[in-house]
Amino acid sequence: MKASIAVDELMTSGHQACQGCGATLTMRYALKGLGKQTVVCLPACCWTVLSGAAPRCSIGVPLLHAPFASAAAAASGAKAGLSARGDDKTTVMAWAGDGGTYDIGIQALSGAADRNEDIIYCCYDNEAYMNTGIQRSGGTPFGAWTMTTPGKEGSPRPKKDLDAIMEAHSIPYIATATPAYPEDMVRKFAKAKSIKGFRFIHVLSPCPPGWKSDTDDTVKLSRLAVQTGMFALYEIENGKFKLNMNVAKRKPVGEYLKPQGRFRGLTPEATSVIQADVDTRWTGYAKRQANGA
Amino acid sequence: MKKVLMGNHAATIGAVLSRVQVVAAYPITPATQVIELIADMTAKGEYKGKFLRVESEHSAMAALLGASTAGARTFTATSSQGLAYMHELLHWVSGARLPVVMVDVNRALAAPWNLWTDQTDSLSQRDTGWLQFYCATNQEVLDTVIMAYKVSEKLLLPSMIMLDGFTLSHVYEPVDVPDQKAVDAFLPPFAPTTRLDVDNPGAFGSLETPKPYFRIRRRMAVDMDRAEALVEQVGSEFERSFGRGYGAIESYRSQDAEVSLVCSGAVGSTAKQAIDELRAEGHAAGLLRFRLFRPFPTQALKRLSRPDMKLAVVDRNYSPGHQGIFCEEIKAALYGTKGAPEVYGFVAGLGGGDITVELLKEMWHEVKNKTADPVSPLWMEDAR
Repeated sequence: MKASIAVDELMTSGHQACQGCGATLTMRYALKGLGKQTVVCLPACCWTVLSGAAPRCSIGVPLLHAPFASAAAAASGAKAGLSARGDDKTTVMAWAGDGGTYDIGIQALSGAADRNEDIIYCCYDNEAYMNTGIQRSGGTPFGAWTMTTPGKEGSPRPKKDLDAIMEAHSIPYIATATPAYPEDMVRKFAKAKSIKGFRFIHVLSPCPPGWKSDTDDTVKLSRLAVQTGMFALYEIENGKFKLNMNVAKRKPVGEYLKPQGRFRGLTPEATSVIQADVDTRWTGYAKRQANGA
Repeated sequence: MKKVLMGNHAATIGAVLSRVQVVAAYPITPATQVIELIADMTAKGEYKGKFLRVESEHSAMAALLGASTAGARTFTATSSQGLAYMHELLHWVSGARLPVVMVDVNRALAAPWNLWTDQTDSLSQRDTGWLQFYCATNQEVLDTVIMAYKVSEKLLLPSMIMLDGFTLSHVYEPVDVPDQKAVDAFLPPFAPTTRLDVDNPGAFGSLETPKPYFRIRRRMAVDMDRAEALVEQVGSEFERSFGRGYGAIESYRSQDAEVSLVCSGAVGSTAKQAIDELRAEGHAAGLLRFRLFRPFPTQALKRLSRPDMKLAVVDRNYSPGHQGIFCEEIKAALYGTKGAPEVYGFVAGLGGGDITVELLKEMWHEVKNKTADPVSPLWMEDAR
C-alpha cells in the first residue's frame, strides 16, 4: 500500500509536549512536507520547551531560538545569512504560537510580510498563551475561558481575523490547516516550499490542558472544528481564494464547543452568536469561492 | 585614498571594506546616513551583500541574530531610543556568542525629546555583554569598525562602536580610506565553527539548567577578561598594516602631569587643545582618553595611573542616584590599588551641550585648586 504522506520522520519521540498536543502532530506533518533542507526559527512558545532542553532536540533540522517578538525578523535574517553564503535552497520557517503571532510578534510579522521575505511563517494556533498557563491572546475566541478571562462569560472579544490581516499584505501564499487532515496539511507545507516569497500557514492546533478537553479528543476536535465550520480549510494563492473543504452541511457549532471545558460557561444566547458568526463567515467564503478571488 | 567624510559615512565605508554580508537597519536621527549610504552603495553595486529594510530596531538586531547564526558577517547602526529598543536582543546576541558589529551614534534619551550627543544611551547597555569603543575622530570610526570585526570574531562577542551625534556623525573630516586589498589582508573572512547547517543540524539557544548556564556565563566572563589585551594586540597589528595605532586608552602629555583630564568620544579631541593651552600657561596637564569601555580597560588604566597624578573625569552621561559612569567605573577599577590616584567627577554636556576648551580648563583647575569634591560629581555648564 502506498502511504498518503511521507514515511520519513524528522521529528523524534522524546519531546516534552503534554499528552494529546496538537502542536506535535503539526510539526511532524510540517516537516514531512518541507523535508530535511529546512531551518526552523522559534520564538518563545510551547515549542521552545517541547523541542527539548539542551543538549536534546526532538527535530532533525537546525533550530534557532529567538526572543518572543522576533520570529519573523530572526527568520528573515537567517534566510539572508544563508543566502549571503550562497545557499538559496534551504527553506527557513518561523514557527510561532498565537501569542507570538497575533500579539507580541505581529510587528515583526507584518514587516517581514511587507518586505515579502522568502520565508514560511507558520502560526500553530492553540488560541491562548498555553506555555505560560492559559492566558488570553488575540487568538482566543469569543466566550472561551482562560486564566485572564476567568468569568463565566469567558473572552469578551472575538478572535482577531489574522488571515485577513495577512491577506492585506499581498503575499503569494496563505493557507489554513489542522492536524485532523494530515494529507491536506503536508500538501500545503510542500506547496509553500515550492513558492518564493512570504508564505503564511495558519494551523488550528488543539490543546487539551488549555481547552479543557480529553487528551484523546485532539484529532476529533480538530475535525469537528472543520465540520462545524468554526475553522475553514482554504488557500489564498496570489489573491485567489480556494476552499479546500466545502462543508455543505455544517454540523451545529455546539458539537465542537460542548466537549471543551473552556466553553462550559457559554449560554445558549452566546452559542447562537458564535453560530451566527460562523454562518456569516461561510456566506463570505461561498461568495469568494464563486468569484474565484 | 584621502576622502572628506562625515562620521556616519566613515562607519558605512568601514563596514563595506570589512566585506559585511548582511545589514539590517532602521532609520533614526542622527545615525540615518549610515544606512542611507548602504542603500546607495547597494543601488550602485558597490555593496553586494544583503540589506534588510526592517520595520524596527528590535527586528534589525533579531535579523542579525539569524544572519550571524547562519554564518554571515553582519552590521547595523542605530542611536538612542533605537538602541534602547534593541536591548532585549543585545543580551541575546552576546549570550549566543555572535560577533555582530554595530555603530551607535551617541544621542540623549527622552524624555524630554533631545537629538544631540550624550553617552547615556550606550552606557546604559554596558551590562549586555558587548564590547564598547568610543571614537574621537571620523578616521577612528572607520578604523575601529574594521578592527572590531577582527576582535569580535576572535572572541565570539559582539562590538558596539560609538561616535558623537552631530559632532562626529554629521561633521566632515579628512579620512584616509584604506585599500580593499590591505583590509582583506588584515581581516580574514568570517569562518565560524558552528552555524545553521542542514547537514549538521543543531539547536541554538535551547533551554539550559542552572549549572551549564552558570558555566556558559563564566566562559563569557573569561573571554571578556582577555578582550583588553586582544584589543591592544589588534590595534598594534592595525598600525603595522595601516600606520595608525590604537590602544585601549590614549595617553596625551600625561607622563609628568599632576592632574589629567579623563575623556571619551569627541571630547577627547577638544581636550587635547585644552591640555596644550594649560601646558602653555605653565601647568602640568595631561589627558587619558578612553577608547575602550567594555571590557573596562583596568590594565591600561593602572599602567597609566600614578599616585601623584589626580584624575578629573569628564562624563557626558549620568547614572541617576550615583555618578557619571566613567567616573564610578574608574574608582571601582582603582579600588584597592596601592597608591591609587585621587579621582574627581564632572558631569557636563548632557543632551549635546558644548564641552568647550574653557570648560575643560575650568574642570582641570577645580581639581588642581582642590575645590572639587571626590565623592559627588560637579555639574558644569558652558558659561555662554
